[in-house]
Amino acid sequence: MNPIPDPDLSTPLLKRIGDRLLASFGLLVTLLALVALGALIYDVARDGAGRLSWQFLTSYPSRRAADAGILPALAGSLFVISLTALIAVPLGVSAAIHLEEYGGRGRLSRLIEINISNLAGVPSIIYGLLGLGLFVRIMGMERSVLAGASTLALLALPVIILATREALRAVPKTLREASYALGATRWQTIWHQVLPAAFPGILTGLILALSRAVGETAPLITIGALTYVPFVPTDVWSPFTVLPIQIFNWVSRPQASFGENAAAGIVVLLGFLLAMNAVAIVLRDRFHRRAG
Amino acid sequence: MVFRCRHALVTVAFTVAILGLAACGSGDAPATSSGQVITADGSSTVFPVTEAVAEEFQKAHPGARVTVGSSGTGGGFQKFCRSETDISNASRPIKATELESCAKAGIDFIELPVAYDGLAIVVHPKNTWVTSMTVAELKRLWEPAAQGQITRWSQIRAGWPDQEIHLFGAGVDSGTFDYFTEAIVGKEAQSRGDYTSSEDDNVIVQGVSGDQYALGYFGYAYYEQNQDKLKRVAVDDEDPGNGAGPIAPTPETVSGGTYRPLSRPIFIYAKVTALERPEVLNFVEFYLSKGAALVREVGYIPMTEREQELVRSRFTARRTGTMFTGTDSHSQITLEQRLGK
Repeated sequence: MNPIPDPDLSTPLLKRIGDRLLASFGLLVTLLALVALGALIYDVARDGAGRLSWQFLTSYPSRRAADAGILPALAGSLFVISLTALIAVPLGVSAAIHLEEYGGRGRLSRLIEINISNLAGVPSIIYGLLGLGLFVRIMGMERSVLAGASTLALLALPVIILATREALRAVPKTLREASYALGATRWQTIWHQVLPAAFPGILTGLILALSRAVGETAPLITIGALTYVPFVPTDVWSPFTVLPIQIFNWVSRPQASFGENAAAGIVVLLGFLLAMNAVAIVLRDRFHRRAG
Repeated sequence: MVFRCRHALVTVAFTVAILGLAACGSGDAPATSSGQVITADGSSTVFPVTEAVAEEFQKAHPGARVTVGSSGTGGGFQKFCRSETDISNASRPIKATELESCAKAGIDFIELPVAYDGLAIVVHPKNTWVTSMTVAELKRLWEPAAQGQITRWSQIRAGWPDQEIHLFGAGVDSGTFDYFTEAIVGKEAQSRGDYTSSEDDNVIVQGVSGDQYALGYFGYAYYEQNQDKLKRVAVDDEDPGNGAGPIAPTPETVSGGTYRPLSRPIFIYAKVTALERPEVLNFVEFYLSKGAALVREVGYIPMTEREQELVRSRFTARRTGTMFTGTDSHSQITLEQRLGK
């Protein structure tokens, strides 16, 4: 892309000053946000650094803060979010393809569209109640990893659908027309042209949705995720706990040493999120390069 | 590129298919897997005690698996009465409505007090004027009618400074709130609303320790961990029958029943049918014999030897039902008398 040309001299002075002001204001706001984030991370890292160790990552929870570890919560988070992705991603992407590429522009599809947008804004505890009624009780999944992942998948679905539709919409019409001109069917066009071109955008949406899901506590507590689990979940029917629940429990303990555990747990959760994002960025860049 | 993309999508589709098969294949798995696990849920106040017992139990019985949730006393009973848990942790006795739903589902339980918890009234260490308060004064300060009316220290007792009072207390969703309001105001969940509230007692500790004109209440364990930053207030229930004059919360006064009315027993409820499973029976017996030693370690106050003995015999005799009937849950009868009945 060409660099934006400087406003030439014919631009009135006032307008140029306005431009500059807006630019500096934007920079200032960005810096403020970054400083706040940095201060938060610094604060947590300082409190938690003393507790972060291999022992912390590989131990089970304990009443003694110094012996307590985060293994079941870390494994639980990893398991639950992977399963959530496995359930929500194919469903969400397929639904978006259908709505965007096959669905008409009629009243029904508008209705569906509005509902999905609204669902994306529903408080997460509502999904917890739904998960408790539907998955835990009616479908008899009990308080298992599968029930937790299904609930989080519901939570992530609207965001995935919305982001995927945006990404599909952003694919230039000319690309589709070129494909049709070469004799490709609709499905061939979607599969070979539209989806690969939209992939980076879809991936961004997936990561946003899954990052939200990994930090959720309320819906999982509602469906009955546990707080003390002294083992690593082995299959989708295992009881489980996740990082945010473990952190919340430590924060609310009276002993200050549990506060350090909580800080260390937050660092682990942040690292977990960063790793997820990193994977997405790497994947996206690879596709960018291929597509470009 | 086209090939790669197809490859990725096929992989995803394939994994989903496998997942689906796995889910179908093990459709009857939940029953067997929960058969070995001992499940406890309920009050987050009782959580640390049950967690400590579970930790020790699993050390003593390798292979045993105990899980503990903390969905609150009410949430715990809801699951317990649907037969979803073996043991329910509770920071208050079971309510009539919960009794009813348990009875409807045919769930018989044994009610087992396991420790004491006290609520501490605290002020800032630089607060020189308050050393004790009567229950009547606390009621006047916290009852709903006080809202917007009682706002200065001088309004509580003549001679106290004419300064604004800053109140900190439990959030309305906590068992601490239910208990404090019932014990002080006289009716559960009746409280003034114009105070800084938090479900997290640590937040209240922060608030009171940073404000000379503050007053707050929370679990005794939080006072004990922050004694250098806070000053406790002795409470006088004006009933010489259980110790004359104002009494400060200490492990002795809380368990001895003289720190009234702000000391309470906390419980576990064991499902009778679950006790047919040897691992659950072992766990509850372990709780009743080794629990007291762990209680102090996590910040609560153990029951007296005599009370522990009575609880154990209550369990051995498999006495079901609650000993807290009607409205007398915090009346003048002690736990020991109740257990002896």
